[in-house]
Amino acid sequence: MAYTASELLAVTSSRLLADHKIVFAGVGTPLLASALARATHAPNLTIVVEGGVIGLEAQPGRLPISTNEMRAGRRAVMLPSITEIFLYAQRGFFDYGFLGGAQIDPYGNINTSVIGPAERPRVRLPGSGGACDIISHCREILIVTTHERRRFVERVDFVTSPGYLTGGEARAQAGLLFGALTWVVTDLALMRFHPETRRMQVDALQAGVEVQQVRDNTGFDLEVPPVPARLSPPAENELRILRQLDPDRLFLGPIG
Amino acid sequence: MSELTFIDARRRLEAKDRSLRDKRTSLVEAAALVKDGDHVAIGGCLYSRTPMAVLRELLRQRRGRLTLSRNLMCYEGELFMVAGATQELVTSWMGIGLPWGLSRVLREFVEGGRARMEEWSHLAMGLRYRAGAMGVPFLPTLSMLGSDLRKTAAAKTMVCPFTGAQLCLVPALFPDVAVVHVHRADRFGNAQIDGYPHMDADLASAASTVILTTEEIVDTDEIRRTADRTAIPFFAVDAVVEVPYGAFPHECYGLYEADLDHIGAYARRVASEGVEAVRGYLQDYVYGPETFDAYLALFGPSRLDRARQAARELTR
Repeated sequence: MAYTASELLAVTSSRLLADHKIVFAGVGTPLLASALARATHAPNLTIVVEGGVIGLEAQPGRLPISTNEMRAGRRAVMLPSITEIFLYAQRGFFDYGFLGGAQIDPYGNINTSVIGPAERPRVRLPGSGGACDIISHCREILIVTTHERRRFVERVDFVTSPGYLTGGEARAQAGLLFGALTWVVTDLALMRFHPETRRMQVDALQAGVEVQQVRDNTGFDLEVPPVPARLSPPAENELRILRQLDPDRLFLGPIG
Repeated sequence: MSELTFIDARRRLEAKDRSLRDKRTSLVEAAALVKDGDHVAIGGCLYSRTPMAVLRELLRQRRGRLTLSRNLMCYEGELFMVAGATQELVTSWMGIGLPWGLSRVLREFVEGGRARMEEWSHLAMGLRYRAGAMGVPFLPTLSMLGSDLRKTAAAKTMVCPFTGAQLCLVPALFPDVAVVHVHRADRFGNAQIDGYPHMDADLASAASTVILTTEEIVDTDEIRRTADRTAIPFFAVDAVVEVPYGAFPHECYGLYEADLDHIGAYARRVASEGVEAVRGYLQDYVYGPETFDAYLALFGPSRLDRARQAARELTR
């Protein structure tokens, strides 16, 4: 069965979410991944979103476009203020946080603010929103994005969301005592961070992808195991659930 | 840009009339409480409960040199920039939503040096308003440590005197004016919000002046019967204006859904024509219709009914 990059990202990340955990999910792929996990192996996964929602239940065909609209709050168990949602995160209640970004470096630092100098940027991006807070406070961070050379860069122009900073103990030394970047999910590979150097490395390849393809699409040196594991492609039932959730393919992208 | 200290903000509050009086007024008079050069904090979040009626009136009255702050800034920021009403935005994010991509107008203005976007994390925005609401000069947080946001925004770090841990300190934000749209309020300004509270209660406490628009004005007895729902007390409020559909085409929880067709059409026009599209929109939806009713008439009753029906279904 053919599938889009967004479908692949949603399926791969959904498989990483365990039952009974609490996930801080943005709209789009993170929400699809979380809703898919709830519909398959993690029925007791609680979805929290930034606009002030605890316990989102996705309604097929009516996925929220922003985290603070009625569609996101449907059947929630609590609608706290935005500040409160992030204070729950800072307190340590949330197991998973999802992030994407325009630029990502080998240590998982993410830029969603500016390309070029901050005072007079060449490209003004939308900004942090809650990204900087999510990466600082959630217990496990999943970076989920399409794999492109212009995105995976040796140095980000601006650290909007601090990952492992310069590697090693730098994150803790900056005062970020909690949270770990656990996975980087792309349409080419599943990656994680070296336990000591904290540099990104390949863990497994997506179905049909070769190592060279990953290297060609990454703007920095990437360690790859001699025999990388292979991820199984999206199953038919996973794709069916995603397509029921987003029949207009607002977030899943056009097929073919 | 005026940056009030907690002492200035306290003195201002003490000096103002906080009496239990009828504060009902018109949009025109309420908007006149905003002066050129003021810092205006906008209630709601993105396209939820945006105080559109007052924002429209501020643009109509050609207010200028404003600083606008909001947790997530939607296209109202574009309208104010293109209208020449602001060059200073304080926010954590600006755009409309994922399907519509980057704000072309924000890009043109900031990249061209014609406007500045002061960026904070979303929690930092919340804590800045919260510190203002608490009447203290700052709050500590673990957000923004290690981030370049800490350097470009006016945050500081300190070593915790109790634990030795590093902390990021965000300064209180005391807006000159907060503009908030709510579901119901009495004539004194006791205000109730259904659904998402966003950051509105903190905005109302932090600001020197609060302009409230409400879907309906109700009797104080009704407020008393459901006092647990009151989010903003009368003594924080300076003006109350009854404006049904006052957030439209943005949503008001349980009452009407955002008009995503309208927002999408705007976004597509801006994507192809840039600033000119915003000028056209200002003419058609802001400067043209003289009253808010005339503005709503542009959408027509069937569109408003559809939004109301959708909201009922979503919050059933």
